[in-house]
Amino acid sequence: MSGGVDSSVAAALLVEQGHEVVGATLKLWGGPSDSGCCSVADVEDARRVADHLGIVHHVFNLTEDFAAAVVDPYVASHGEGRTPNPCIECNRHIKFDRLLGRAVRLGHDALATGHHARVAALAGGRYRLRRGVDGPKDQSYVLSMLGQDQLARLLMPVGEITKSKVRSLAAALGLRTAAKPDSQDVCFIHGAEGRQGFLSRRLALHGGTVVEGRTGSTVGTVDAVELVTVGQRRGMGHGDDGKRRYVVAVDVARRRVVVGGDDAVRTGEVTLEPGSLTWVDGPMADGGRAIAQVSAHGRPAGCTLEHGPGATVVHFDERQRLVAPGQTVALYDADEPDSVAGAGIAALGRAR
Amino acid sequence: MTPGRLRRIMTAPVPGRPPTVYLDHAATSPLRPEVAEAMAPFGAERFGNSSGAHHVARDARRALEEARDLVAECLGASPGEVVFTSGGTEAANLAILGTLAARQEAGLAAGAIVCSAVEHAAVLESCRAATRATARIAGVAPVELRVAPVDGQGILDLEALEDLLRDDVGLVSVMLANNEVGTVQLIGEVVGAVARAAPGAAVHTDAVQAASYLNVAELARGADLLSVSGHKLGGPKGVGALVVRERVRVDPIVHGGGQERDRRSGTHDVAGAVGLAAALRAVAASRREESARVGALRDRLAAALVAGLPGTVRSVDSARSLPGHCHLRFDGVEQEELLVLLDERGVCASAGSACASGALERSHVLAAMGVPAGQARGAVRFTLGHSTGPPDIERAVSAVTDAVALLRG
Repeated sequence: MSGGVDSSVAAALLVEQGHEVVGATLKLWGGPSDSGCCSVADVEDARRVADHLGIVHHVFNLTEDFAAAVVDPYVASHGEGRTPNPCIECNRHIKFDRLLGRAVRLGHDALATGHHARVAALAGGRYRLRRGVDGPKDQSYVLSMLGQDQLARLLMPVGEITKSKVRSLAAALGLRTAAKPDSQDVCFIHGAEGRQGFLSRRLALHGGTVVEGRTGSTVGTVDAVELVTVGQRRGMGHGDDGKRRYVVAVDVARRRVVVGGDDAVRTGEVTLEPGSLTWVDGPMADGGRAIAQVSAHGRPAGCTLEHGPGATVVHFDERQRLVAPGQTVALYDADEPDSVAGAGIAALGRAR
Repeated sequence: MTPGRLRRIMTAPVPGRPPTVYLDHAATSPLRPEVAEAMAPFGAERFGNSSGAHHVARDARRALEEARDLVAECLGASPGEVVFTSGGTEAANLAILGTLAARQEAGLAAGAIVCSAVEHAAVLESCRAATRATARIAGVAPVELRVAPVDGQGILDLEALEDLLRDDVGLVSVMLANNEVGTVQLIGEVVGAVARAAPGAAVHTDAVQAASYLNVAELARGADLLSVSGHKLGGPKGVGALVVRERVRVDPIVHGGGQERDRRSGTHDVAGAVGLAAALRAVAASRREESARVGALRDRLAAALVAGLPGTVRSVDSARSLPGHCHLRFDGVEQEELLVLLDERGVCASAGSACASGALERSHVLAAMGVPAGQARGAVRFTLGHSTGPPDIERAVSAVTDAVALLRG
């Protein structure tokens, strides 16, 4: 229970369905008095909703695990020129690992969340992870790393209804979170400081040169290569042809940002970091067809998988925007586009 | 789903929880019957504002001053030395910020303060507040804070303390007994060290936890300031007292009508003061027997768990600990999970302090004692009190044994 309307209604639905429900809010970030998302105010909202529903509520301090598994790697990745998705890492290591383990140790049968996604139980004791029914709100992308063991113990009641239905249910139940706006930002970065402020206090930032990829000529400078993202347009100006420039590659070690035009920032493939590939229900074979999604609400794209000697490469049917290293590539079943097949992380390397 | 059906489910009684075994007296204690009785008239009957002139006010005033006399007697002070506050936290704030402000105003040494590494947050945060520019709002020019280390049982390192005492020190604050692990400090020796190395510096001792079992009047007689809290003693919440010896001055941090001889303004909580006095009297009347009774129950709990569960360590020996404290570290167990399982079995215990959100915080006390982080995560505090009896111990041993076995898998 994050204190948001989705997890509030998820809890209410499960109570209605007759489950024995216990609410848990995670304290992941901040000293004794924090600010931003998952703040004291959010915990209080979650607690009051739990009171309203008549369920026990716990607050668990997982700040140390969160720092080690999410924040520190987030900072270090930027130092290497990667653009990680910390919410995905939190799901991977904290919510569906630490917290799920805790729920099991405390004798619970399942963990439930307010995610807009669905777990489907198939005959034979297998599970599928599916998109939530409300397309624009679908959160299967950030859950794409889950496997059978986790899905077997996961309930996501809100994935079966639309967001507007969630809000109207919350209002009908008199939940104080009914009209609460969704939180948009990474929970450990406050609006005031932003990603730049956050990273600049934890990472040595180095200035670098901006190089036009095609010609090799230096066309500018940046104050901090570590803060530049592949695909970024901001601050890169225009080429001689008057067209916008985009970041095509970031080489932190050589303090270089390579830029190019719209064509250069498109690619036919993305290589996945070896060891980063996870499957919901068994691996897809070499040459298998899938549908790739490379951002939380990005447009799905047809693709073919190539299991190469060193790594798996995802070949897009049509050229796509470059995927920044560190970003998750979620793979959906070609025959059942709503069903997640697996996921991997875009590797650091050269774009083609 | 119909909201109507859900509402019926929501208002149905929560499935029965086993009877409560309350072992968190260090957090708070139930009101003693004699205290409730003493306080009862001060709601609707003897309700006057003690600062007024008419007979209703004078009656309240009389009750307040009788309470003050009793508090003073129990704490080894004169009535004029007792300042009623809203609790132990406010008393600590007043002791630290009020003393510094008064000393700076009077031109006495007040450039630095010293406290132990295991102080309660009320003391630690007041000390930290005194180092910041915003301390000026309390009339305090920012000071330097020096923190004195403790040993593996939480006992203050007196030599290290003396090293921190110089002639710029205005105040030294060392708690009489630690709320988390129960360690009793040798305040007499602290007073001696200060007299030697920083004569003229004031000594404050947080006796909030100690007052339940120790003869504070005796042990803290050399201290210049001492703070107590009603609800730790079976008294009411929302009241405490700061003893400010005649030789010491504090400037107020709560401003207003000038009550408590200009040391703490605000309409008196007469009921609270009466309750605090009644609680202190009850404690004084039964101190020896209670310490022995509770200490024996605590020893039984500790022995049963240490013997019955491998990988269980006591943080402080009985000889150095308050009689009600049983602080244990369980190998291979997460304190948050153990506390949840215990709670489900009716047993109330705690660990460290909670932050504003209600989540447990990493213990600065265990860190100061050099307990490795992994062990600190398996630490649980059981504290016994005036309402604890043998059945509580039996049920606790059984619940802890079950819960630890479950978690160790």
